Amino acid sequence: MAKVLVVTSGKGGVGKTTSTAALGGALAQGGEKVVVIDFDVGLRNLDLVMGAERRVVFDLINVVQGDAKLSQALIRDKRLENLSLLPASQTRDKDALTEEGVARVLAELREKFDWIVCDSPAGIERGATLAMRHADVAVVVTNPEVSSVRDSDRIIGLLDSKTEKAEKGERVEKHLLLTRYDQGRAERGEMLKKEDVLEILSIPLLGIIPESEEVLRASNVGTPVTLNNPNSAPGRAYFDAARRLKGETVEMMIPSDRKGLLGKLFGRRAA
Amino acid sequence: MSLMSFFNRRTSAPVARERLQILLAHERGIVGGKTDLVALLREEILAVVGRHVTIERDRVQVKMNRGADLSTLEIEVELPGPDLARA
Repeated sequence: MAKVLVVTSGKGGVGKTTSTAALGGALAQGGEKVVVIDFDVGLRNLDLVMGAERRVVFDLINVVQGDAKLSQALIRDKRLENLSLLPASQTRDKDALTEEGVARVLAELREKFDWIVCDSPAGIERGATLAMRHADVAVVVTNPEVSSVRDSDRIIGLLDSKTEKAEKGERVEKHLLLTRYDQGRAERGEMLKKEDVLEILSIPLLGIIPESEEVLRASNVGTPVTLNNPNSAPGRAYFDAARRLKGETVEMMIPSDRKGLLGKLFGRRAA
Repeated sequence: MSLMSFFNRRTSAPVARERLQILLAHERGIVGGKTDLVALLREEILAVVGRHVTIERDRVQVKMNRGADLSTLEIEVELPGPDLARA
């Protein structure tokens, strides 16, 4: 059965779009049929991170308002045939999204895909609440940093009260994705440890994505990091997270990009 | 840089953790769709006391202090002088 997954955080800049692209990519690379949807109306970026910015013709709002068919707006990934993108509008404002319209589009997508990954905008306004509204699963992206943890706590509260599932007395399955983690700094007491964040937010851990230059390298070229460099530390961490989403038990590790002597000597080549 | 500050600069994460725990304990009570307990108590106390004595709304104060071991609820109702109370 199709699952609607929302990637959310409250705070901006913590890695929602990067994680949407990487998790969507990893799930598709594992053979699942995946669509990633950008809910950030007016400030779309998922198209750019996915490398499809020049292929956008119709968008989510066109489909919600009935100006385009879903099949016209979906952009199939050039590298993975079972991965599609539904971009956000860059010119309209977020009020053009209606709850009924979003519900209708998601219902149609549920028939075509295994995973519908919704990239939420930052904040707790309309765009963010609509992105989480119909979710079965939520990935709360958090940096080990006070403002991000506080905002994640707020978002968890909203997931427990303002979603369709919550209103029916059911629960949205919530997972914590800790991004930009630096194990060395955490061990030296310079950064919140994963245990600290887990204790404060008390939701299960989906994965730890280490701080890595590979993330920027992947977005520079418009490719999910799991496709651009599957063996990089963040690539492996996202693959593990995607397997946990599918219900597999995977030992929790924090991969590192630590290079050997040869890697250090030749590691400076451009990606 | 003194020797003390050399060691202290490494321990900012526990400070972050403690600040978050205190802040979130407070915020979880008042935001996120949950009922504001203090406001609810204030309204009900006003209603009960108001049934027997004439009171002014802004003369009722309800404070809640949450501590690690002990939490206290402080209710202060200012009653009017004998003339008004009989009215």
